[in-house]
Amino acid sequence: MSTSNYKDPLVLGIESSCDETGVGIVRGTTLLTNTVSSSMDEHVRFGGVIPEIASRAHLDAFVPTLQESLHEAGVTLDEIDAIAVTSGPGLAGALMVGVCAAKALAVATGKPLYAINHLVAHVGVGLLDRNPDGGTAAGGAAGLGEGGRLPDNLGALLVSGGHTEILRIRSITDDVELLGSTIDDAAGEAYDKVARILELGYPGGPAIDKLARQGNAKSIRFPRGLSQPKYMGTAEEPGPHRYDWSFSGLKTAVARCVEQFEARGEEVPVADIAAAFQEAVVDVISAKAVLACKENGITDVLLGGGVAANSRLRELTGQRCTSAGIRLHVPPLELCTDNGAMVAALGAQLIMAGIGPSGVAFAPDSSMPVTTVSVQADAG
Amino acid sequence: MLILAIDTSAVASAALISDDAMEGVVEAFATEDTRSHAEVLAPGIEQLLADAGVTGADIDVIVTGVGPGPFTGLRSGIATARTLAFVWGKPLYGLMSLDAIALEVAESTAAEAEFIVATDARRKEVYWARYTLAEGQLPRLVDGPHVGFASELPELPVYGAGAGLYADVVRAHPDFAATQPDAASLGQFALARLTAGDALLDSTPLYLRESDAQVPGPRKRAL
Ligand SMILES: [Zn+2]
Repeated sequence: MSTSNYKDPLVLGIESSCDETGVGIVRGTTLLTNTVSSSMDEHVRFGGVIPEIASRAHLDAFVPTLQESLHEAGVTLDEIDAIAVTSGPGLAGALMVGVCAAKALAVATGKPLYAINHLVAHVGVGLLDRNPDGGTAAGGAAGLGEGGRLPDNLGALLVSGGHTEILRIRSITDDVELLGSTIDDAAGEAYDKVARILELGYPGGPAIDKLARQGNAKSIRFPRGLSQPKYMGTAEEPGPHRYDWSFSGLKTAVARCVEQFEARGEEVPVADIAAAFQEAVVDVISAKAVLACKENGITDVLLGGGVAANSRLRELTGQRCTSAGIRLHVPPLELCTDNGAMVAALGAQLIMAGIGPSGVAFAPDSSMPVTTVSVQADAG
Repeated sequence: MLILAIDTSAVASAALISDDAMEGVVEAFATEDTRSHAEVLAPGIEQLLADAGVTGADIDVIVTGVGPGPFTGLRSGIATARTLAFVWGKPLYGLMSLDAIALEVAESTAAEAEFIVATDARRKEVYWARYTLAEGQLPRLVDGPHVGFASELPELPVYGAGAGLYADVVRAHPDFAATQPDAASLGQFALARLTAGDALLDSTPLYLRESDAQVPGPRKRAL
């Protein structure tokens, strides 16, 4: 890559960590295109993402998605300065397809390849310039980094079907810390499982969110996982899971609740259960996230992941952030869900920071830690 | 004609095959290991091209083994081949991966007129196919590929790593007890068939097994 492109590199990003095959192209912090092919429809009858089905779909979707992405952006592969690919965390077999395709692209074009962290890439979209029609509620749009840099005390709350984390970002290219995460199911996974118990279909998030509006969230109280003092501790002496979440107990509590109504021969109040479940999830996510922010001096927090679409999560997190004096930033939804543009956006940041590419010998890592923003070539 | 052949149905391998080279093979590499395809394949191909002093523009055709083979590894090669073919604008064909071993058998002194090729399908099963061989001809696939237990194979000599693993229940040929499908043989097979004007497969993977996903049944009612 010519060093003249350190400023506004044209980067193609590839994402295949779960069920979306994404290819996005950015020029510096400008989004050119964000093309996504999802295998979600193929998972509906199973009530959750089936890794092998997702991997098969990635294989067939990759070249068409790449082709469409180049077409939409109006650029050729020749013009691309670098390629970026999600190398983890995610589903091993799914990551493998995107990584192999990205490496082949690098070999065939001679372009440098960056192997990057999916979770940090979710934050990377915050650096894309504000899109005139991309603004959303709860504190604005992308364009968090207008002026070319992120806020100093930045956090990120990532909530999806594959992960649930709170991060602190001191530098998006080389200093990211995991403050807390789920110790079992991801929040989106809990939505899917509960939607199955309530027979609301897949994906569970939108179905429960919609039905919850007709229910009384206070009629039933479901547990907030890892909220007991022994897990929380105090700010001075934090417990073992102060900023962590657990959703598997909540799912069990919902199942037991439904059974009790049935055992008594009563009609199951599905809308009330949906509302109470949603309240339990959103309450514990937002409470712990805001606590983590306050105790770590975070003043700006970016919401990412597919569950960012949830109306109650946005509302309650927004309220609690406002009370705590924290600014909440929610990118447009198509940039919150898994996509290639976020991968390209982080790739561009790495190049602009002068960080070297990863080569083509790295292995995908399904449990890649957030401290590894990108794979260093010499480490492989 | 210069062919880039790739196969990851068992080990990861790639080869440059040309009708100008002796025995057809310009350059080839193969790993021993069946689980590191994503790491080794791209550097291997890069090295192959550098060693041969060729670029994508020099390649006429790309061929890929389409299995059967363990799914994740198999996809590594197909994803690589499809992407290279797209970027370089070259035709892409598929070959059944067991053909690679069948060709090696045909070219050996161990060949019999009718035989089975088998590779490891894990879960105590093998991928297998039956071939016939006529003097001076390419091996002809007459049955398969299938996946199943080694003990249920037809009573014929069996060649390949799948035979070596189950030598207690099949007539495994000792010279081929560890043989895996290899891109060099696959590329030679492709070259011979393309030269003869035969049609090849497309790059659709031969999974032979469903995804194993279970459609969940209706929830049990408490009453
Ligand atoms: Zn994600």
